[in-house]
Amino acid sequence: MYKIAMDNLSALFQKIAESNELYLPIENCGQVNYGVWSEDADVNIEALKTVKSPKDAFFPQSENLYRCDKEEKKISITPAQLKDQNFVVFGMKACDIQGVEVLDKVFLSDPVDTFYAARREHGTIVALACNEPEETCFCKVFGIDCSDPKADVATWIVDGELCWKALTEKGEALTDAVKDLLTDDSAADAKVEEKKAEIKDIVEKLPYMGLSLEGWGSEVVDEKFDERFNSPVWNDLYKPCLACGTCTFVCPTCQCYDIKDYDTGHGVERYRCWDSCMYSDFTMMAHGNNRNSQMQRFRQRFMHKLVYYPINNDGMYSCVGCGRCVEKCPQSLNIVKVIKAFENQGGEK
Amino acid sequence: MQELIARAKELLADGTVARVIGWKAGDLPYNPEPAYFEKEEDFDDFVYNSFCGANLSKLMIEACKLEGKTLVCLKPCDTYSFNQLLTEHRVDRDKAYIIGVGCKGKLDIERIKKQGIKGIKSIKGAEITDDAETLTIDTLYGEKTCAFKDAMLERCHVCKGKEHKIYDEIIGESKDTKDAERFAEVEKIEAMSPEEKFAFFQKELSKCIRCNACRNACPACSCRKCVFDSTKFDSQQKANVDSFEEKMFHIIRAFHVAGRCTDCGECSRVCPQGIPLHLFNRKFIKDIDELYGEYQAGEEVVERGPLTSYTFEDAEPGIVAERG
Amino acid sequence: MSIEANEEFKPKIVAFCCNWCSYAGADLAGSSRLGYPADVKIIRVPCSCRVNPMFILRAFEKGADGVILCGCHPGDCHYSTGNFYARRRMTMLFSMLDYIGVENGRTRVEWVSAAEGVKFSTTMNEFVEKIHSLGKNVRLGDLRCRN
Repeated sequence: MYKIAMDNLSALFQKIAESNELYLPIENCGQVNYGVWSEDADVNIEALKTVKSPKDAFFPQSENLYRCDKEEKKISITPAQLKDQNFVVFGMKACDIQGVEVLDKVFLSDPVDTFYAARREHGTIVALACNEPEETCFCKVFGIDCSDPKADVATWIVDGELCWKALTEKGEALTDAVKDLLTDDSAADAKVEEKKAEIKDIVEKLPYMGLSLEGWGSEVVDEKFDERFNSPVWNDLYKPCLACGTCTFVCPTCQCYDIKDYDTGHGVERYRCWDSCMYSDFTMMAHGNNRNSQMQRFRQRFMHKLVYYPINNDGMYSCVGCGRCVEKCPQSLNIVKVIKAFENQGGEK
Repeated sequence: MQELIARAKELLADGTVARVIGWKAGDLPYNPEPAYFEKEEDFDDFVYNSFCGANLSKLMIEACKLEGKTLVCLKPCDTYSFNQLLTEHRVDRDKAYIIGVGCKGKLDIERIKKQGIKGIKSIKGAEITDDAETLTIDTLYGEKTCAFKDAMLERCHVCKGKEHKIYDEIIGESKDTKDAERFAEVEKIEAMSPEEKFAFFQKELSKCIRCNACRNACPACSCRKCVFDSTKFDSQQKANVDSFEEKMFHIIRAFHVAGRCTDCGECSRVCPQGIPLHLFNRKFIKDIDELYGEYQAGEEVVERGPLTSYTFEDAEPGIVAERG
Repeated sequence: MSIEANEEFKPKIVAFCCNWCSYAGADLAGSSRLGYPADVKIIRVPCSCRVNPMFILRAFEKGADGVILCGCHPGDCHYSTGNFYARRRMTMLFSMLDYIGVENGRTRVEWVSAAEGVKFSTTMNEFVEKIHSLGKNVRLGDLRCRN
């Protein structure tokens, strides 16, 4: 295992940025979000959660697909370039990494999304173990170990030092590139193990640890499915929902998008942008909308995360327990409250 | 709170109201959610504390379409919004039973967390009956304290006063928590050079994720279909391809509520990125005050707001350049 | 911006003119052989009050460097009071644009009657000159519309 002093991190970032684009948590006007590193960026590696998840690095909120230009009577079409530069996402937490796996199942299964695939190919993930988990975290409920994130490189902050361990080929390559700055330390392993135990200890004490996923997941089929889908509980739950897109836009696993044309005056740019199932025009088609009440849209979000997705993906949930929606929902609604509501009432009322 | 619950149950039992809109206890010490209460046993979860910041007046638009009267709990500043909705005929006074609830300033969990307090297990001092000046917060990482004032929502620092502007009865005491000038921040920006102003807003708005929470939470944004939700409009709600989109959205959002905005502060409260959206609305309020006479939307039910009336002597738009 | 670049700068200016006074004023300017720069593109609207803030912002988004709104003189509105409302709205909008750091002078309101061909021509000349001095609009445009 390698290590580097926390005070020396800016040198490390500089080094990584020499040959890669570097995304990491940056503080801007009091909020921490992933952004591209620059020398004057206000890096905040210790923030537990960024407002938006780092999924932007692989699936940006908005990206161009192609553009059409009109000149006289000729129309030319230029497809947008695929990502061809290597980049590093630094400081991703275990939950966000699981989030990328959820996205992988959607975008890398046939037909492969080439834009996403190119980004996955060129991206290296440096994971960071959670230092001080918060009360809104519930990743363990989904079987995620936040003390031991699995990515290309895993890192831990221990006593003012960053311990660094490469786990994949990409990770080894990155380690080689920054080796000058790292020092080899065999004693670090023991310290990291200690740290892991410490983090796990805290995780056990988090308020959401007792959350049970019984009644959700891939076994919810046939009558069980109908019962849950038609449960009157939804009718009560959705009521405070404002129909804003906060929960979907901060979520590391939400993957729905919309494709739109923008008239530039001399042509058209076709782009895709994140969509939210909370919006009234979500999956709007020529005949209208197939979910025309907010209750239906609200139900879609949670049924997708906890039932539809697991059914289609061998039981893998598309919630990773990062707790961003718990923190950010303007009306304090969230997936935990939904799970608990069914737990209390068993789907019957 | 017990008095409030008892009264609500009584009104529900004697058939005066068919339902109650209040707050339901959350699963963390700080996240109560707005909720409907229709049966006596529902009230087990009823809560009213200093984290009940949500303005419930907008929920009355839908509630007024239901059978029977709805009891709604409104804080002093929420009653302005209700009045404004009455002015615009969006709610029905006969279908509402308003209990003015006492308010001693509402808390913003983001501000508490900003101080490095995390792993919150319980918070003492947030009960509505408490007069504590400090919050005692028990966390996974030890006990922390935080001054009540430092944890207050921005809007409470420029409190409009402790009086309910419309109500059927009042339960609980209120306190005026004003300790800052309402237009101080706006004036600070006005004094900047165009370059500084531009850089300031560019930086703040670059955080916008177009989630529309500010619009959807706003009691004045009550259009059935928002212009930004139109499919025939090529600058749609979702995308933030270019910085211009956010500017357009935020200017138009604030403009559409200009003269109707009561400065309830919901937009800033709900913004997941902490953008000070009230700065847009307050600029319009300040301009209206200066150019067309002081006006507080929602203070009373009026016929016409400042942007739906005029005088022959109004200032010409050129005044903007003259004022510099 | 260098002087050379300035010489090449061809501003795009959108003028919203009300059907009853200002559009007729533009007509009169034309039939009186009074010149105004070809950079000004006139959009006829039924009343100055028809113009909402979105029109102005949209014009900037799509690449306008300046936007001017012309209507009947206050009190002379074909619909009696339309321009009074427009006046308040535009004052609010211009103040907001100033507040977010858009240069003063990119927007303007002028009352031009059907008899004021000369005023129309001088206003447009002045406005184009002002936009020339301010240069290209970079603070309100959409990048996608530029190249």
